Parts: sequence; structure tokens; C-alpha cells
Amino acid sequence: MRGDAVSVAADALHTGAGRFPITRHSVIGALDASDPSERRQAWDTLIAAYWKPVYKHLRLAWNVPREDAEDLTQEFFARALEGGVLERFDPDKARFRTYLRVCLDRFASNARKAEGRLKRGGASEHLSLDFPGAERELGHLRAAGADVDEAFRQELIRALFSDAVDVLRERSLAAGKATQFAIFERYDLRPTGGDAPTYAALAEEFDVPATQVTNWLAAMRRSFRAIVLERLRAVTATEDEFRVEAHELFGPGAA
Amino acid sequence: MTWLPDETLAHLRGVVGDAAADAPPDLRGTPYELREMLGRGGMGTVYLAWDRELAREVALKVVHAEAAAALAHRVVREARTLARLEHPGIVPVHDVGELPDGRIYYVMKRVRGERLDAALRAMPSLAERLGVFERICEAVAFAHAHGVVHRDLKPENVMLGEFGETLVLDWGAAKTLGDAPAPGLLPDDASGRTPITGHGMVIGTPGYMAPEQARGDSADVDARADVYSLGAMLRELVRPPEGGGDVSRPLRAIIAHAMAPSPDERYPTADALAEDVRRARDGESVSVYRENLFERAGRLMMRYRVPLLLVLTYLAMRVVLLLL
Repeated sequence: MRGDAVSVAADALHTGAGRFPITRHSVIGALDASDPSERRQAWDTLIAAYWKPVYKHLRLAWNVPREDAEDLTQEFFARALEGGVLERFDPDKARFRTYLRVCLDRFASNARKAEGRLKRGGASEHLSLDFPGAERELGHLRAAGADVDEAFRQELIRALFSDAVDVLRERSLAAGKATQFAIFERYDLRPTGGDAPTYAALAEEFDVPATQVTNWLAAMRRSFRAIVLERLRAVTATEDEFRVEAHELFGPGAA
Repeated sequence: MTWLPDETLAHLRGVVGDAAADAPPDLRGTPYELREMLGRGGMGTVYLAWDRELAREVALKVVHAEAAAALAHRVVREARTLARLEHPGIVPVHDVGELPDGRIYYVMKRVRGERLDAALRAMPSLAERLGVFERICEAVAFAHAHGVVHRDLKPENVMLGEFGETLVLDWGAAKTLGDAPAPGLLPDDASGRTPITGHGMVIGTPGYMAPEQARGDSADVDARADVYSLGAMLRELVRPPEGGGDVSRPLRAIIAHAMAPSPDERYPTADALAEDVRRARDGESVSVYRENLFERAGRLMMRYRVPLLLVLTYLAMRVVLLLL
């Protein structure tokens, strides 16, 4: 399973990883829920949001080789689950993502000290994650700078936004709004450095009035924002933390 | 999962930021026609527009509603002040007005080129980067000489034009020195975004903002706050590429001096900062770094390496001729 899979140590993590389960509330408090399905959903959500930031942080900030980073990623989540580290999070002391990143740094530091003693693939369950995909993304990123917290946050935002794009695509196709999504994709998701098509060009391309282009674009953006905020709410610990993160992400009045 | 590069993330954060951004401005009653949205910043959204009267493209910035509602009169006054700044490195303001929904807009020259933060990737030469930085300092120093402080200097607000010109953009957050602050207009704003002006508001961008700006006390903000931001920009500009060497000690000293926590300990002017950068670029000693004998010898050897090589070559030839 090397390369494409991550082992986890608990049966809470055996399905659905890599995509966000549908949830409209914070899952942080449910990480130690007594109900197995609730607990599983909480961990699935957490890992879906954070596995790429964790993996990339290990690769860039700690300069961990690829295969070791895969192993450490799986070990980190497995130990977090077994050891109850994340359940000890105190929202009065830090934001959840900061706490998780500090836990990760402590874990990586200990792993480095005990280098050679970490066994690969020791956990029992496997969760399919796209490590090769994450590795390709690393090729586009600069080496981590001094502000590791900001780099970690940026990768979390990227994970939330990327998932939101996929969800918006699925929902749009299901609702018969393929053209609306295509316009959003052409205008707002264009390749780096590419010039944006004009509203008039899009109107001609999709054979609709220019005013329809701007209306559909606005509607797609609203849906996209709603999905991102839904995901953000799930992976922040408290309503206050969610509002602060949303404010920083989208500005006043976002949440 | 869809891969989103940093530029796309920034764009998405901008365009889905708030509901106001969704609504294109109603330009009826103005001499302008809406063409496209060019981008969205902390203070407003910039559109490409067509000036019907002068038959030219312009950049039209619509100030976010929450900022304009509180401080419309100051936006207008500052736009008028900026309109008087005529310098090749400053994008001029042509016009200012109010939309039917109450939002303020101002019209600027349409600049074609590349933002500095993006252009840096294709600019490997340190000397070239320092040259750009000096031109930024010149424009900022010009504004300071006319009593205007930018307050949001960062690579994203500098454009390298198609013909190599360096242009400082987005003067909408600027402060006119000598103005009395407007106490109590708005409560403290810890958003980190860029509102306009007023006592108690946080203006600028984290990472580039001087400590006195971060405290939100506009009375303490003067040209030295821009010097701090310029220091932060210089730090970005001289950062070596991955696997590259270190930043030289004189440059590090210049950055540290420009970014001193206390305004009194910084360069007093952008010109003074630019002069030290020029000296560092030309291999001269800088005012804020005392070099030791070896460093001085090394610097002089580097600076005069060509005549030194010529002399050494000449001496070697003389020795060879004597031996023959």
C-alpha cells in the first residue's frame, strides 16, 4: 500500500478519506465521541482537511524524504487518535490548526531524535490518500519560509478550496448547471498567468447575454463561498474560532 | 482533487470575499462603461472601464461599502491630493465620484504590466531587483515630499510596466501628513485588511505594516512607517532563491535598520534608505554597517576587480618578459 495509502491504527478511519463528509457543524468536539459512526465521521473530516497540510509541512518545513513523510503522516494521525492528543485541545489557548501544527512539530522532532526506530506501515488499517498527487503539488510550492504557521494555514485553505471546487462541480452537474460551472471555471479557475476571458467573450462562447454571464458568475461564487464556509466550520473548534478564521479568509461579514 | 495554485487561491478569496463584490458597480450617470473586473483588494475592487469622453481605458476602483460609508469624505479628499502627485512612478488618479448605491469610486490610469510579486520569479539578478527597489523608493520619497504617506506598500502594490517602468499603485489607503485625525469614526478594526483612514483603524498589511500602524494610532504614522514597509519589501526582494547564497551583511543591516521597531531608529527618509541600497549595489560601504578590515578588503577587491585584474595581468607579463 506504500505511496497510495496511509495506515491508521483505528477502525474509525477505514473509509471515505480524502473527501469531506457532509457536516454543517464543528467535528473537533466529536473526535472522542462514544458513538462510533459520529467519531468516524469526525476523524474522516479532520483527516480530509489536514492530511495534505501535514504531509507538505513534513516535506517542506522538516525536509523529510517522501517515503518517510508518508509514513510519518500516517503515524501522526494514528498516534493522535490512539493517544487522545487532539482531544486535549483547549480552544482558549490556541486555534485548532495551530495546536495541530504544534503537535505535529513535536511529533516530527521526536521522530527525528528516534530516527530508525519508527517502523513503517505498522498500523492495521489503510486509508486511501493521494500521496502522489500531493507530491506533484509540492513541485509547485516554494520551500517553506520562516512563517511555518502561515504556510500550514495556506495548505489548509488550499485543501478546503480544492474540495469546494470539486463539490461545486458535482452539485452543479447534478442540478443541470453545467454551463454556469463552466463559466465559473473559465473565469475564476483559469490557469496561472492566463488572461481572464472577457464577459463578452464568455457570453459569445456560451451563447448567453453578457448580463447572464455576470449573474451566473455571482451565483457560482456565492455557492462556492457557502461550501468553503461549511467546510471551515467543520474543522474549527468553536464558533468564535470559525468566525475569526472566516473573517481572515473572506473579510468582514463573511461568517 | 482539483489543484489550485496560490494565484488562483488569492483570486478566489478576492472574488468571493463578500456579497458586495458580487454586485458590479452601476456606472450610469458617470462617463465610464464597465468592461471587466481586474482584481479585488482589502479596500476595494478594481474594474477595467472605458472612459467615453476621452475614449480610453481606465482602471476604476470601487471602495468597499463598509469603508466608504464611514469615511467617504476622506476618500474624496485623499483622491484629490493624490491627483496632484505627478511622478512617473506613481499611478495618477484622474477622477473621483460616488455611485448611486453610495459607494465611492476613483479612476486611475490603466497600467499594463506585471505585479512585482509575480515578476520577481523572472528576475534572478540581485542588482536588477535592487534597481527596482530604488525606483520604488524614489516614487515613495516624492510622495513624502508632497506630504503623502502610502501606508500599504508591498510587492502586490507595485507594477512593472511593459516598458520597464516601476509604478507604485493603490494609494487609496494613503494619509496626508498634517491632517488632523478623525477621532472616533470607526472602532478598532483587527481584520488586517486595508480600510482607508481614521484614528483607531488598523491600516496596512500584516508583515509589511510598521508597529505604530499595527497599533492603529494614525497620529503616530508618518513617512517612517513607509520606510518600515520598504524594509519589509527589500527583505522579500533580496531573499535568495532556494539553494542560493546568503543575504550580504550590509543588506541585512539595511533591512534591520529600515525595520527598526521604533520610528526614531529607522532611516529618516525613503531617500536615505535608497541611497544605502544603491551603495550596497555598487559595492560601496553603507551607513548602517561597520565592516571589519577583511570585509572592507573583500568589498574593495570586488568593486575594483577589473582594474585590479588588469594591473595583475600587466605585472605578470612584466615578470614573464624579465624572465625571458
